[in-house]
Amino acid sequence: MSLSEFEAVAARHPQLLMPSFWSRFRVAAVGGAIALYFVFCWWFFSVGQVLGTANWGIAAGYLADWISYEVRPDIVVRADGTMQIEFSRYDPIGPNPCPDWLEAEHETVTRTVEIPATEMQAKPKSSFSFVAPSNAGKQEAAEARTETRTEEVVTHAVASMNSTDRIDVLPGHVEIHRGNETLGVTLSRNDGVRADRDLPAWATQRASGEKIVLAFGFSGWAEIRDDAVKIHKRFVGWENFFFDIDSPFFGKSAAEVFGLLFSGARLDPNRSNVSLALEGFLYNPSWQHLDVWTKLLQTIVMAFVGTFFATIIAFPLSFVAARNITRNGVVNQITKRFFDFQRSVDMFIWALFFTRAFGPGPLAGISAIFFTDTGTLGKLYSEALENIDDKQREGVKSVGAAPLAVQRFGVLPQVLPVFTSQALYFWESNTRSATIIGAVGAGGIGLKLWEAMRTNQDWENVGYMVLLILIVVFVFDSISNAVRSRLIGRRSTL
Amino acid sequence: MSSFTYKPELSERGALIENHWQDLARGRRLYTMLSLAVLALALTGSLWFANETNSGKFFERLPHFFDFVGDLMPRDGIEVWRALLDLPSPYFDGSLKYDYPEGRYYVTDSLYVPEYVYKMTETLNIALLSTIIGFALGFLLSFLAAKNMTASPWIRVPVRRFMELLRAFPEIVLAGFFLAILSLGPIPAIIAVSIHTIGALGKLFFEVIENADMKPDEGLKAVGASWVERAWFGMVPQVMPNFVSYFLLRFEINVRASTIIGAVGGGGIGEQLRLSISRGHEAKTLAIVLLLFVTIIAVDQLSAWLRRKLVGDQAFQAVM
Repeated sequence: MSLSEFEAVAARHPQLLMPSFWSRFRVAAVGGAIALYFVFCWWFFSVGQVLGTANWGIAAGYLADWISYEVRPDIVVRADGTMQIEFSRYDPIGPNPCPDWLEAEHETVTRTVEIPATEMQAKPKSSFSFVAPSNAGKQEAAEARTETRTEEVVTHAVASMNSTDRIDVLPGHVEIHRGNETLGVTLSRNDGVRADRDLPAWATQRASGEKIVLAFGFSGWAEIRDDAVKIHKRFVGWENFFFDIDSPFFGKSAAEVFGLLFSGARLDPNRSNVSLALEGFLYNPSWQHLDVWTKLLQTIVMAFVGTFFATIIAFPLSFVAARNITRNGVVNQITKRFFDFQRSVDMFIWALFFTRAFGPGPLAGISAIFFTDTGTLGKLYSEALENIDDKQREGVKSVGAAPLAVQRFGVLPQVLPVFTSQALYFWESNTRSATIIGAVGAGGIGLKLWEAMRTNQDWENVGYMVLLILIVVFVFDSISNAVRSRLIGRRSTL
Repeated sequence: MSSFTYKPELSERGALIENHWQDLARGRRLYTMLSLAVLALALTGSLWFANETNSGKFFERLPHFFDFVGDLMPRDGIEVWRALLDLPSPYFDGSLKYDYPEGRYYVTDSLYVPEYVYKMTETLNIALLSTIIGFALGFLLSFLAAKNMTASPWIRVPVRRFMELLRAFPEIVLAGFFLAILSLGPIPAIIAVSIHTIGALGKLFFEVIENADMKPDEGLKAVGASWVERAWFGMVPQVMPNFVSYFLLRFEINVRASTIIGAVGGGGIGEQLRLSISRGHEAKTLAIVLLLFVTIIAVDQLSAWLRRKLVGDQAFQAVM
């Protein structure tokens, strides 16, 4: 057909070359339906409202917390013009630190200190006192008094946030140098916090006289109040990962620690340095290495034992369910429906029930994985059995083998590699599932991870646990892939 | 299993071969025994460890194993159905144990939807929305990750690694992180499930693309089509049935995933189930389990039917 003939036909019967209505508008119709569904979901989940109220500022902080920590000194500025640097008790750099990024000039002065009225703890005179204790207490309260002390105070403090930014704190006056910008702030008890010029973009103040919040990007942030400058300086890394502040090894370099471990004098005369270090490391209060590892091992054990038992039970049952091996339709159907039931009740529901039966812990997780995977593996195994080649079976049968020997030598060699590979695949995937069902109480690292996230404080611990989980999943993936590809060749069936 | 032994006379070389074979067989048996012993040891150790670190011990708790079955046993034939439809219960004692008036969604003054039915639709919508989002982004990324569409390893390898990371990252952590920012509710669940779905679908998709027929692509290339045109007219028509089939398969998985994430704060039916179990609302628990069971089976069947229609009998089997 030449082009002119084709065009003639096309002119006579234009509807032949016209694509159908559906094929012309298919993309537009599907796209429109999806767009409509998105609009519906926007309304249904009230997405706009939730995103509007979300605090995106803290999101960046949480993310930074995964790999860094903050040191938070407070520079207290007293009304009489003296200052004091205070670190919170749980600060990651130890109880009495003098970090080199926080320089201070000290001076010894004599000043009067006002000791506020303290309410004495009222003790009942006898155990049968019917007088309300608060009344008795008030009468015994110490009166407010003043005291003259001679002590060392800070007269000038400089906190360097990074190489270009620093905060200069003088009594009553704070100067912030950020890059080549400078901002002066005056503190007074009566007048509040006042900046000497319009605030730049990195400083915010809700209302005149209230605290000013300074942002230094990743280096941290600071808060200027009328009585204190609160500094939050951020450092990259996991603080005190090996030894916490109450360990005798705290603050020592790796070389020092190794020196002490192998040849140094005993820090505690009653025990060796190695056991001391081991205890300090394993029971490190902020990282809880031992607990995390135990929970991780629980997760691995849950996946291993659950999958193992599921395999053991699914193996014989699959022979009953396969219609070419057990030639009884009713029995086949009952077994298969049993598998379906176990599969359809989700692992998560089983986990909730078994948590009630066994209490929180790995036994619940093992049982949940066992119940779900007996169904799944049983279904897969019986399908593999139904697809076997009958010739081998017939050959074994024809030489007069017993029924069990027929299965052993006629069936098993064909399906065993597939069975093992599927069991391995489930072991691997259950390592991941076990993390998730752990969070509902079935034991393992899931719950610990969940608790660490709920406090909103320990994101570095979350990062640590996620890293461990990723390593474990990666290692198991590689092992299971290597074994499977050896068992059934390069391409796995799943 | 051998009931008789047959020992033929062997020549010298035959005996050598026979001996060698026996040696090999002995070696194999030894290895089998060794690996079984290691397995038994690992199993015993694991069981002991699991029992030690559990809050209740196995043998102590075993008699209570079926307690929940006893607790959940309905007291009359229609109690479950009554709970499922949230009809007034004769056992009503003022608590939320038998009637659930608090979360009802009133359509009219007397006609209402029980709370957990509404939550079930929420879970289904979480799964559907996040599967669509995951499909769309996985679709875009898969073309960049496929060797036959993107020749440059500088784009392909980072995209693949990125998708692996999305896949491997535990959903529970993503959910927890977004729960901290967005507060409790379904949106963190949507984000978490979507992110995981992007990685999972992207991997399956680029494998489909790599196995596609390259002839349409070559034809388009010969007439000077751009990259987008090659992908849209040469690839998409070929791979779409498989893509949609994987989409449906993933939807099944995501219904389960969003239920679980719901239980840890992501809203939806999972939360209702956890609360109802921990508060001991037996009839409601049974109703929710029944609802979940029926929904999951319905979704599975629907998706299996659609997949069979799309790609014929070799449709991917739902495994998870």
